[in-house]
Amino acid sequence: MRTRLVTVLLALITAILVIPGPVAAADEQGGEALHGQILNPENRDQGVEGIGITVYDGEDEIGAAETDSDGMWEVELPEPGTYRVVVDQESVPSEYVVREGIIVDGETEVEVEADDRRPLIVALEGAGAAEGGDASESPSEDTADDSGGEAGGEDGAVAPTTGGGSSFGAQFLQLTVSGILFGLVIAISAIGLSLIFGTTKMINFAHGDMVTFGAMVALLFSTGAAGLGNSLLAIFAGIGIAVLIGGLLEARLPRTTLIVAQWVAIFGGIALATTLGVMGDSIDWQVPLWLAAAIAVVMGAVLGGTMERYIWRPLRHRNVALIQMFIVSIGLALILRHVILVIFGAGRNRYAGYQIQELVQLGPVAMAPRDLVIMGVAVAVLVAVACLLQFTRIGKAMRAVSDNRDLAESSGIDVDRVTLYVWGLGGGLAALGGVLYGLNQVVEYEMGFRLLLLMFAAVILGGLGTAYGAMVGGLAVGLVAMLSTLWFPSQLMQAWALALMILMLLVRPQGLLGRRERVG
Amino acid sequence: MDILSILAESTRSAFGPIAAIYALAAIGLNIHFGYTGLLNFGQVGFMLVGAYGVGISVAVFDLPLAAGFGVGLLCALVLALLLGIPTLRLRADYLSITTIAAAEVIRLVYRAGFAEPLTGGAFGLQNLSADFRTLNPFDAGERYGFGLLAYNGNHLWVLVVTWGLVAVMAGLTWLLMHSPWGRVIKGIREDEDAVRSLGKNVFAYKMQALVLGGLIGSLAGCMLAVYQASIQPDQFKPQVTFFLWVILLLGGAGRVFGPVLGAMAFWFLMTFTDGVLQGMGALGWLPFLDGPDYGAIQLAFAGLMLVVLIVFRPQGLIGDRKEMLVNVK
Amino acid sequence: MSSDEANVGAGVDRMVGAEPVPGSAKSDPILVADGVRRSFGGLTAVDVEHVEVQRGTITALIGPNGAGKSTLFNLLTGFDRVDRGRWTFEGRAINGKRGHQVARAGMVRTFQLTKALTRMTVLDNMLLGAPGQFGERMAGAFLRPVWQRQERENTARALVLLERFKLIDKRDDMAGSLSGGQRKLLEMARSLMTDPSMIMLDEPMAGVNPALVQSLLGHITALRDEGKTVLFVEHDMDVIMGISDWIVVLAQGRVIAEGRPSDIRADQQVIDAYLGAQEETVETQGSGE
Repeated sequence: MRTRLVTVLLALITAILVIPGPVAAADEQGGEALHGQILNPENRDQGVEGIGITVYDGEDEIGAAETDSDGMWEVELPEPGTYRVVVDQESVPSEYVVREGIIVDGETEVEVEADDRRPLIVALEGAGAAEGGDASESPSEDTADDSGGEAGGEDGAVAPTTGGGSSFGAQFLQLTVSGILFGLVIAISAIGLSLIFGTTKMINFAHGDMVTFGAMVALLFSTGAAGLGNSLLAIFAGIGIAVLIGGLLEARLPRTTLIVAQWVAIFGGIALATTLGVMGDSIDWQVPLWLAAAIAVVMGAVLGGTMERYIWRPLRHRNVALIQMFIVSIGLALILRHVILVIFGAGRNRYAGYQIQELVQLGPVAMAPRDLVIMGVAVAVLVAVACLLQFTRIGKAMRAVSDNRDLAESSGIDVDRVTLYVWGLGGGLAALGGVLYGLNQVVEYEMGFRLLLLMFAAVILGGLGTAYGAMVGGLAVGLVAMLSTLWFPSQLMQAWALALMILMLLVRPQGLLGRRERVG
Repeated sequence: MDILSILAESTRSAFGPIAAIYALAAIGLNIHFGYTGLLNFGQVGFMLVGAYGVGISVAVFDLPLAAGFGVGLLCALVLALLLGIPTLRLRADYLSITTIAAAEVIRLVYRAGFAEPLTGGAFGLQNLSADFRTLNPFDAGERYGFGLLAYNGNHLWVLVVTWGLVAVMAGLTWLLMHSPWGRVIKGIREDEDAVRSLGKNVFAYKMQALVLGGLIGSLAGCMLAVYQASIQPDQFKPQVTFFLWVILLLGGAGRVFGPVLGAMAFWFLMTFTDGVLQGMGALGWLPFLDGPDYGAIQLAFAGLMLVVLIVFRPQGLIGDRKEMLVNVK
Repeated sequence: MSSDEANVGAGVDRMVGAEPVPGSAKSDPILVADGVRRSFGGLTAVDVEHVEVQRGTITALIGPNGAGKSTLFNLLTGFDRVDRGRWTFEGRAINGKRGHQVARAGMVRTFQLTKALTRMTVLDNMLLGAPGQFGERMAGAFLRPVWQRQERENTARALVLLERFKLIDKRDDMAGSLSGGQRKLLEMARSLMTDPSMIMLDEPMAGVNPALVQSLLGHITALRDEGKTVLFVEHDMDVIMGISDWIVVLAQGRVIAEGRPSDIRADQQVIDAYLGAQEETVETQGSGE
């Protein structure tokens, strides 16, 4: 192996030395330049056109450029040196101003080295934001990666307006309520994570992306499914039927029939998906959000079940070590996140018809009706899950497997099937969590990963592997995250959750509801 | 689509400064995972504190570059202790959770509005490499090298220093891992209880490994700041860590040259797939995709590589089959 | 070494003066434990009032599945934390000490499921056991000339032990390629590298090819004859009766009996507890302990 490799490398190196340089080095031949892209602060996918930028050497104008439709600009420079760059503030659309920082009063000085094609960041922000000067209102406010401050609405969604004048007590109450709300969302999403860990000892790093998946699917079906939605539905129906056949009829059907039926279902789904995809947008339909959420939950369950049936179970049967499985799940997270990005795009969206709602005053606390619904649904689902775990056979089996996989197996529980159900349940709950989270905030492709950090804090706080621990931990993390904004900037929310988690690991690593572990 | 020039560009990036920086960070990760068995899913966090150590010292406090490196390394030390103390006595999964969360939280804090006076917030810091360039023994205007591998003086200087650091760190790894210290470390990877039962302070060794790998990671971050002369927090997203994992597994975990080879192979592949995607897009073969999707496809591809490598070829390109095939549990 | 010789060892009474009652005092105890308790959830796994281990003997710890033998082992060796209790080793209190500290004090253990370091060579496994290595310090690792001499001495010692445990031909093989019995031998040899005064063997015969059992027994008695103290957990009654000088019986976490093999054989309480539970054990095989 190693000799072959060395041969290949040597051949490559020889090739490089022979191929004439300028072919590839072309981009480096251009000498010095300044360039950049000015983006729309409200939607970072778009550039702002027509902003003028002039470069001076002392008082001599060297060159000027205007941003194109993508917001790109470039000015060629004659030689290395220090240049003064001036942004024409007149040309900036009136709703924005140039952000102060690197650029002061529309001017900045940059040093350009030989052969340096330097990027220069010119950032815009909403015209109102600069005057406030308050960090929490600046466009880079949120944890979001695209500083997409939607006219200040975003922060309001995370931490309800703690607006001027209200007393500390009122703020406290308000934040407690939104903490509970946030905590319920975390709890719902995290139950699956904890149960999956309990049954398989595996940490599903892709759990956050299953949350995103749910939110995205609900968005798709509530705003118009068309070709993409139909195809997705067909594929998931096919795979879902295959997994179900495997899960339910394994004992009753002969093996060949079973396998044939599964493959027929999968290929049927794919064929149907292709047909629907070709027909494209001619079959367009859309459903109300609650129905779209139901579809998302079912599809989330199918996604979870599929991952278990076609990835994790084979890996377990191959005796792949746990550490390797963690890495597989990281890989799956990357795949899932970016497939979602390709399919659904990087935009920030909200569920239509739920963004702007009149607040309902409940005593001292003001809430949007959608948040009340979220809380109601979350509590109902959590109670339902608790009943499932406590009173049904499958629920008891889940807890038994979670408690001690070997013991459960030796007492006659079909561990593989229980694990499949746990993944289905976890996937469905994650999808629901995604819908609720998206309803409360915005839907975008990295939302799940950010929630995953809080879910980790929640399950560790409550005790890895216990469903009730995830509930308790979720609520605690939600409350801590929200209440911390009383005293600290809201960007530190996640940091507090992390600090809480680390503290818990120091004091009681098994978590609030976990049991002290046996060693050896 | 000009396959030849795509290949040429790919090869160039395999030897480029970014590949060297990733190789450096992956050497740190190799000490963590390859030798000690620590599941660090937040190596990018160490790179970040290193880069910002340089950035803040140089751009905000006008300190010399050497002080910046010192600050960066110091931050990494503190971070390693903070992560290690609560988790290294526990099962491996706790470290993985804590590191992945901590790296992302650090990024969010550094890019937050209130940190802007120090970190420049979401826009980062600029003008970081003046000191480094004054040390440059090469003529910045001159082109050195031949054929495809010709670089201007500044780039050559970065290349020499970064690959030099890679060589030094690889040498350091070799020395350490061929010593009794390395034997204890590898023993911990296999079974820490067994090592503990022989009277070794496993916690202390794990901590030493975590710190050492973290320091090397932060050195990579420092070099990134110096090479780019500017840093933004969004360069330190979690996928950087996952790239490092692909690099490590591609090259071979637990091998001194694994990360180096892995980094070169990885960046070759990334540039190559990017070139091919762009080329196919230009030819109109990818009607469903826009330009920005190519990056996402590449990331998904990196994820796929991670899965396929760890399941089917855990020993990587140069890993020892004999060593890896024996039950890995 | 034949089984006859092993049995001869047991013929000598090394327990002069010790009463066959739970918690009895020994003339020269190396390990003394008092009030050791550990519970999991609501279940009390170990609750030992008082127990002493006589220096230079082979003491067996027996009991039905789930009696808390392995847990007691883990507690005494610092691999698990007690709820309460204290114990001394060679007169020094070592409760609350961590696993590596207990090992350094001279009380070294092996594991029920052998922990051979599979992706390291047999010789490296051995060298890992050597105490006080300068090269094991991080800074020391770079000073090759300094630790190389020590390394040579340790290697020589390891080779002697490998010779004795008949593993010398395997020294450059990966430990993962050894058979189950060879791994047990390697683990025992490795623990001897630390030069312990007491060796704790957790089910040394479990999963060992019957052909190797006699050789393992021989090694254990040889350890005692060198003056080391051996405490071991075992299931196989014949083995225990054959080589032990003293037997401690644990049931439901408590010491229910102590004595010479002949005392234990006659103890009705032991027969009830042990054999009664033994039948259950068969049913729940595989549930692990």
